[in-house]
Parts: sequence; C-alpha cells; structure tokens
Amino acid sequence: MKWVWSAIALLLGRGRRAPARVDRQRLIVEQPPSRRGENVVLVLLGLATLSFAAFVAVYALDRLPAQTQLFGITLGLGFAFAAAACIVTSRLLVPVEEISDPYANEPHEEAVAEIEQLVEESGSRLTRKRLLTVAALGTGGAMGAALLAPVASLGPVVGPDALRRDGWRRGMLLVDSEGRPLSADGVEPGTFYTAFPAGASHDELWAPLVVVRVTDTLELPEGRDPQRWAPEGIVAYSKICTHAGCAIALYRSPLNEETSMKPALVCPCHYSTFDPARGAKVLFGPAGRPLPQLPLQIDDRRRLRAGGHFSGNVGPSWSGVRRGRA
Amino acid sequence: MILRRAVRFVDERTGAAPLLGKALRYVFPDHWSFLLGEIAMYAFLVLVATGVYLTLFFEPSLAKTVYHGQYAPLDGVHMTKAYASAVDLSFRVKAGLLMRQTHHWAADVFLVAIVLHVWRVFFTGAFRKPRELVWYVGIAMLFTALLEGYLGYSIVDDLLSGMGLAIGYSVALSIPVIGGNLGLLLWGGPYPGVPQFESRMYIAHVLIFPLLIGGLLALHLALIVARHHTQFGGPTRSERRVGGLPAFPGYAPRSIGLFFGVVSMLFLLGGLVQINPIWLWGPYEISQGTNGAQPDWYLGWLIGALRITPGFDLTIGNYTLVPNPFWGGVLLPLAVVAFLVLWPSIERRMTGDRAYHNLLDRPRDNPTRTAVGAAVLTVLAGVFFAGAGDRFDVSFGIPYGSQIWFWRAFTFVLPFGVFWLVRRFCRDLAADDESEPATGYEPGAPTA
Repeated sequence: MKWVWSAIALLLGRGRRAPARVDRQRLIVEQPPSRRGENVVLVLLGLATLSFAAFVAVYALDRLPAQTQLFGITLGLGFAFAAAACIVTSRLLVPVEEISDPYANEPHEEAVAEIEQLVEESGSRLTRKRLLTVAALGTGGAMGAALLAPVASLGPVVGPDALRRDGWRRGMLLVDSEGRPLSADGVEPGTFYTAFPAGASHDELWAPLVVVRVTDTLELPEGRDPQRWAPEGIVAYSKICTHAGCAIALYRSPLNEETSMKPALVCPCHYSTFDPARGAKVLFGPAGRPLPQLPLQIDDRRRLRAGGHFSGNVGPSWSGVRRGRA
Repeated sequence: MILRRAVRFVDERTGAAPLLGKALRYVFPDHWSFLLGEIAMYAFLVLVATGVYLTLFFEPSLAKTVYHGQYAPLDGVHMTKAYASAVDLSFRVKAGLLMRQTHHWAADVFLVAIVLHVWRVFFTGAFRKPRELVWYVGIAMLFTALLEGYLGYSIVDDLLSGMGLAIGYSVALSIPVIGGNLGLLLWGGPYPGVPQFESRMYIAHVLIFPLLIGGLLALHLALIVARHHTQFGGPTRSERRVGGLPAFPGYAPRSIGLFFGVVSMLFLLGGLVQINPIWLWGPYEISQGTNGAQPDWYLGWLIGALRITPGFDLTIGNYTLVPNPFWGGVLLPLAVVAFLVLWPSIERRMTGDRAYHNLLDRPRDNPTRTAVGAAVLTVLAGVFFAGAGDRFDVSFGIPYGSQIWFWRAFTFVLPFGVFWLVRRFCRDLAADDESEPATGYEPGAPTA
C-alpha cells in the first residue's frame, strides 16, 4: 500500500524538480508554459485510456451485439484521442521554432575525381583488360542462366500446348451442376443453361457450356451443318469468355420483340456480347473471337450429348489460339 | 542524468551521438500536401500489423473442404480451405473481421495516399534534380503496391478473386509471342485448376512484396534525408537553405499525431464500414460470374481500359500477334510507367535546365508540365470512369453501349483540349502574379 501512495505522490508532485541547469545557453528558445494546453492534453489522454480500456472490455465480455462495430469505435476513438493529444502537444506544449539548414547544392568534385582515379589505378596490373572483361561478363551471364534455369520448373516447359485442352468427346453426356442429364425438351427458349461433361471435372476451362434454344433464324458459320451443330435449334458454346476468361453469366432476352436488341450471351466482366444464333459472333464489347461451339447430339432418350470437339480453342487468346486443337 | 548515461552508453559503443543530435534537429518544411506521403507510410505500418494478424488464421490452400461454420447460408457448400478460412476468420475469430476489414481499408487508403502524393510531387516539380532517384523509387513502390493489393484480394479465393485472376491470366496470355508460355509459367499450368498457384500468390503477398515495399520505402526515406526535403519559398526558405520545424521537439508530436490519426481512421472504417463481404460472393467456380463485379478502386483504370478497347485480336493469318487484353492490360500500364519514369529526363531535355531545385513550383509556374500532367490525368480518369460504366447504367440508366463511345472520346480526344486549356489558364495566372506584385501573401509560406 505504501508504494502505491508514494507512486501517486510521485505522479502528482509537480514543480519539485531540481532547477534547470543555467550554466549553458539554451538550445531551444524559451516559450511560456500553457496550463490550459496541459489540461486539455490530460483530458484527451484520459479519454484515450478509457476508449482503449473499453476495447479490452468489449473483447473480454464477448457477448455484446454488434461486436465488430464496437471494436472499431472503441479502438478508433482511442487512437483519435491519442492523435488529438499529440496535435495539442505540438501546438501548445512543445516549443515552436523555425530552424534552417543549408542544402547541399554542390557535388563533391574532389571525391568524385578520387574515385575515378582509384578505379583506373586499380587496373594498372592488367595487360589484357578487354579479354578479361569479356570473360568475366561471360561467366556472369552463365552464372545468371544457371541460377535462373530452375525457374522453368514453375510451369510446363516447352510450348503452350497445355492451353489447348478440350476434354469433350463424341457421345459425352451433358449434365447440370448437380450432375443431372440435360434433356433436349427441357431447354426452353428465352434463357440459357449451364452444362458440364458427365463424369469429368467441372473446374477446367473447357468444361462449362452455355446451352441455348435459338428461335431466330440460325446463321451458323460456313461448314457447320445445323443438323450436327444445332439439332432442333439447340446450340452449345464454351461458357468461358474469349476476351478475359470470365464466365458468360448473363443472357440478354428481348422483352419487346419489335424494339429490343436480339437475344445474346453477355460476359459481366467487360460486357463482350455474343450472338447465339450466328455461331456466337461478337456483337459488342472487346472480345476478339467468337465463343467456341460444341456440336450436339440428341440420343434416343432425348438427352443432350456432345457431338465431338469444340470448333476452336477455349478461353482467352494467346499467340497460338487460332491454330490447331488438342 | 539517466538520459545522459544512456546516450553516453550508446555513443561509446557506436559513436552515434553527433549523428543522433543532428537527426533530432533534422528540418521539416511544413505544408499540408507534404503529409500525403506520410499517410501512405503509416497506412503501410497498419497493413503490416493487421496482415501479420491475418496470416495467423488464414490457410493458403486450394484443397477442397465442406464448410460447416457460423455463416449458415454457406453451410454444406464445397469450397477451398483458403476461402473457408477467410470466412471463418471473419465470423469465428474474435476481432478477426475488424482486422480483415481494417487491412482492406488500409490497402485502399495506402494507394489513395500514394497516388495523390505522386501527383503532388509531379505538379510541384519536386522530382527535379537532385531528387530524381527519390522519384524513381517512389514510382517503383506505387506499382509494387498495386500488384500487392491485387494479390491480396486474389488469395481469398472467393468469386471476385477468381474473376480477377481469370482476367489477370488473360492479360498475361495476351503478351505477344511469349504470353502463352509466360501465363503457364506464372500460374503453373492453365488457369484455373493448378493448386500450387495459391502458395505462389501467398508467399508473394505476405513476404516478397511487403519486403520489396519496405526496402523501397527505406531507400526512399534515406534518399530524401540525403538531399533534404523540398519546400515552398518563405522567409527562412530559399534554394540555398531549408527552413522549418526540427524533428525534435517540434515535428515529432505532429507526426505521431498523424500516425494515430491514420490508425484511428482505419480502425473506424474497418469496424463501421463494411468492405468486401466475401461470404456474399461465394466460392469461386469457373462457370459462375456476377454482374456489377468491380475491383478495388486502384484497378478501376485497368478494367475500364479493357472495356473500351474495340473487339479485335490483331492477327497475321492464323497467328494471333496481339490478343485484345494487351492494349488495356499491358500497354496502358507500361505507357503510364514509361511516362512517369521518363518525365524528369524529358523535362530536363525540354528546358535544358540542369540546376539544383529545392524550391517547389506552384502548378502555374510551369504551365507545360502542369498541362501535360492534367492531360495524362484526363486519360486515366477516362478509363477509370469507363470501368464504372455498368454502374452508371444501373444507377442512372445511361445506356452502356453509348457510354463506351463517350468514354473513348473522353480518353482519346479530351486530353488535347485539357492540355491547351490548362496551359492557357496557368499562363494567365502567372501573368496576373507578375502584374500585381507584393500583396503580402507568400505562396506556400507556413501558416502556423
């Protein structure tokens, strides 16, 4: 108990300090004290302390509603009061002075010359300077190549053929995200369906499809027989946008046939818009290629099956995207 | 006496007393706009502190799990451990959500402060000799911070993360000739579906990039101290002498106050203003997307640039020379970096000015520089707002299709007009200054 009292006495005892040494000239100009400033700072420090304590209390209680908000308020206020205390201190309690220093506006010519001389003289024992330099540079290059070579382990090494993956095969069943087969009769006009290959990963770029029943006139690109590519007007395209790889998650369906824009598949990332009736030709937006189309078959139980591979490479473009397929 | 003994102890072992004494009296010229860089620095400290806290709970793994946590709507949903642990640390960990949101807010504020600071330095000519190196280091920090922020919201593996990564991957693929190989190298294989990529992003986000930023920051500060701060002119302030508050005792409480103020603002935001509610987005599935998806503000210019590019791939026969995302995703940022890095040399060459510059320009003092800066800002504003075009469509009913043409004109035509107008405006202002001298107002003189 005794030490508590002595601590309090120590904390509160003011003006008892030994007088400042007067034998040296002051380094900082003398400025008058500000009792009011001190009082303000004390109050602010007290409020900050209370706020921080409140944070700890909220944390310890752990049953208050809106806990995150209370955390933010208590911690935020604590720091706000502390900040205010610092600012008042800087304005009223600390000597305010304007001092100045010279800028260094000259180069050290002597030192610069000396360094140049040092480096020049350091090579004075060499007779075949150029040859040695070339050799050292060669070694440095080889060293760099040796150290960098393992970086290639990060990815498939030669040729980006891994980008040409297309797991669709003739006869593969189209299923929805729950694994239920898609029936040709279930494909209604005016909307789109997402489909995946049965029994294969849903997480690879080639897997997801958009399936649409086209009611307009079909105008597929040359060489795509509608019997094979759009049986009963049902078309399937890769769901991955050829611009930047997002999922084609929107379908534009005309509300008023007279004035609305025609049905389209739309990517929500950069609004590339594709025409399902014309081989997913780009109608609008930054995509540079149509969506690859998948040929379809309808089996004897009216289920949709793949009729073969995609018409082109799936996903965003790279230099070889218009060449060949896997 | 205790203090003297402590300082003597250090001095006897390091000889640092004279240096320390000088450091305490280091001069800080005062102007509100000088605080922007400081705010960025303090936001970085908050990022490191909250980020370390988050690493204690986040699990950077794309291994599959089934969620059975406190957030009922996601119960039983298949997801990666990364996403599950991020949702968990938001709901189950006490103060976890506060730390996550504060971290996210701090990242956004960090970049706001850096960007404003860069333009402050640009328009006042603070980058001129002898401070070009400070400028280059700062630009390096800006773009490191951009990437760091992108990695940060990408490692969570929610639906927005995945969409952002798909776009980043497409941008990598779009680099002429080497893009395909580069994308596979960085991602470890075709995206998505390569689990190693998460650990790559993680080590980059929590170690490599923070170290880079920290190192660049230290270098930035050391270079500033080596040549002193720039200043606006004033009674004690000239090209030959720097004037202002000493670090101690005058400036220290101000700066500490600013630090606490930044921390306070970030915790208030983190506690009160929701940001990136990842539990609403759901886990990433390549077959899913969401309308109205927006990146963090500092990537808005890139998404806008991708959006206003007309739809074409540049091809030679069936060889795709330049895939579309290259223009907005690679060329534009490269052009901006090139502009910022080359500008000090361009200006030096244009003016033939090789003198030391310690006094800052007001924007009007150099009409051409100010006009060029305003034009570049107009380009950036054009692509930035274009990135929000779908929001303008939803909120104000302005058709997106026509907006694209408006933003294209804004981005490519308006800058010329802005250049001409701003230069003229600056010249008029400067002429006014000359015709009415000595009003008693010293521009940029300390007010306190």
